[in-house]
Order: sequence, then C-alpha cells, then structure tokens
Amino acid sequence: MSGTHDIKEEIRKYWGVFAALLVLTVVTVSISYLKFGLVAAIIVALTIALIKGSLVACFFMHLISERKLVYVILGFVVFFFLSMMLLIYASYFSLPGGARYVS
Amino acid sequence: MELMPYIVEERKDTGLFNAKLGIWLFLSSEVMLFGALFSSYVLLRTGGGAHWPHGSSILNVPIGAFNTAVLIASSVTMVFSWAALKENNLKKFKLNLALTILCAFTFLFVKAYEYGQKFGEEHIHPAVFLNAYSFLWTSYVNSLLHSGWGTKIISGASTLALGFLIFKKFKTALKFICGGLFLSFVLMTIFEFGSRTSHHYYPPSHNTFMAIYFTLTGLHALHVIGGIIVNGYLLGPGNKLWQTDPQRFTNRIEIAGIYWHFVDLVWIFLFPVLYLL
Repeated sequence: MSGTHDIKEEIRKYWGVFAALLVLTVVTVSISYLKFGLVAAIIVALTIALIKGSLVACFFMHLISERKLVYVILGFVVFFFLSMMLLIYASYFSLPGGARYVS
Repeated sequence: MELMPYIVEERKDTGLFNAKLGIWLFLSSEVMLFGALFSSYVLLRTGGGAHWPHGSSILNVPIGAFNTAVLIASSVTMVFSWAALKENNLKKFKLNLALTILCAFTFLFVKAYEYGQKFGEEHIHPAVFLNAYSFLWTSYVNSLLHSGWGTKIISGASTLALGFLIFKKFKTALKFICGGLFLSFVLMTIFEFGSRTSHHYYPPSHNTFMAIYFTLTGLHALHVIGGIIVNGYLLGPGNKLWQTDPQRFTNRIEIAGIYWHFVDLVWIFLFPVLYLL
C-alpha cells in the first residue's frame, strides 16, 4: 500500500492548512480594527470564518475525500440549520403589538 | 470474536465504518445545539438595536485571538496524532495527543482568566501562571512590563530569532524552552492589554450581551472539557488497544479527532461573532 507516502503528503497539507488558519485569524483581527459599518463587518468576518471553517472541515475532518452518505447527512444538517435560523429570526416580525425581545 | 461488526472494515452499503457514521450524526445534533444559540444571538441583537455593545469594548480581543490560535494549534496536533498512528509511530502519536490536551488546558485556563476579569478579580500577574520558568520571568516580565512597545517588539523578535537558530541544531528540549519564552512574551503582552480592559462585575445578568456571551462560551468550554476527558483516556488507559487491534485504535483517534475539530470549528465562528462584531 502506498500508505506511508500518502500520509506524508497529507501531513504537508496539514501544515499548509495550519499556516492558512493562522494567517486568516490575523486578517480577521486586523480587519476588525478598521471599523467598517456593521453590515460590512458582519459579511467580512463571517466570510473569513466560513473559509477557515471549510479548511478545518475539508482537510482536518477529511471531508474532502469522504463518502457520499456523509455529504447527504451534512446536506440535511445545512437545510435544518438554515431553516431553524430563518424561523427564529422570522418570529421577530410576528410579535404582538408593543412587545419587544429586549428591554 | 468480533464484538461489533464494521468497526474496522467498511460496511458495503454506507461505505463507512460504523463509528464514523455515528460521529457525523452526533455532530449534526451538536450543530443544531450551537445553531439554536447562534440564532438566539441574532434575534437578541436585532431586537436590542442600538443598545448592543461592540464585543471589543467589553471583551479582550488579543486574548480571544490568542485562544483562537491555541485551539487551531490543538486541532493540528490532533490530526498529526492520527497521522502518526498511520505511520505506526506510537511515540509521535503520544507526543501530539499530549500537546492537544495541553493546548486544550491552555484554552480553558485563559478562558477562566477572562471570566475572572468579568467578576471583578484583580489583575493577576502573569508570572504566577508560568511556574516552570518563574525564576526567569520575574526579571524578564518586569523589564518588558516597564518598557515601551519598541522594546517589547525587539525582545520578541530576538527571542524568535534565537529560537529558530536553536531549532536547526539542538534537541527538542531546547526547542520547547525557546517556544515557551516566545509564548510567555506573547502572553505577557496580551495580559497587559487585559489590565487595561478589565472591568469590575460584569456577570451574565449585567446585560443581554454578557448573558449570551457566557452561555455560548460556557457551553463551548464544556465541550472542550469533554474532549479533554476523551483524549486523556485515549492517551492513557485507552492506549492498550494499540497492542491488540491497531486499526481499531487508529479509527478511535480519527473519531475523537473529528469531534475535536468540530469544537475548534465552533470557536472559529464564536470568536468573530462575540469579540469582533
């Protein structure tokens, strides 16, 4: 089996991902000091977080070379997660008159 | 005699060994758990409107960034420990798993320091945390504390340079000493920031932001503790399985690793949401 050679290749990738994650962390923190407007700040911060999360998921959790069933499960997770966030957020618009969530 | 089928070889229908399917299903439920809290955060923030404080005005961003780096490092060492088992290197596996647990404890330690700041504790001198190097630290820390930024940066850079010089020639022990020196410099600079942003008495009841901050990070910290317990078992008594069934043990490490990466993933989202936005 070409196992040992493969694993050395994988280890090189892990070092690369580690470096990328640290760089992206520095970028996130640096950008926060630039004081964008709230919407822009949210978009930038969450985009970078999404990139970092994808790197961790794809390479450390081996998702990039995973079986189809795991992708199917994660597809369900994405659907239910987004639905939950949307439904909770939408509840804000159906409050009875005069009521607020935060005093 | 097989206790359970498909713990090493893959099932024909799923294409996975059972534990891998199990951990992904478990993580799916964890996504819903943290997702519910994130949704609550979104709702509370949009409901709160103008009164919502910026995370950076209450929380210590350098400390949070340091904790992010620590958790990322722990994720890397976790995957290296699995890779070491694939290479049949038990010593390397133990070293990397030990480093993972060390990073996890560092994260919790720093988190506890942060929590303490919010409950009105006096600023604790960083030298207290660095027992192993304390005799060095008193003078090193004092001189850095009373120096300007220029001196701090030069000291940090020269420590790094010294470290790199030694990495090429000497043994791992010296590598750790230099790594520790540099780490302590970073820690000390961060704690200096901490002394400027420390508040007295900001418990969960202080405002909604503190409530959601403590809930989210507290739940995350519990997950870190759970991970420490599992990894600690695998480093200690759980090790025995390597002698009898190495493939099965490697699979266990892979599964523990997937859980640990998820914990890191949650923090990667928590940090910008709470500290930076």
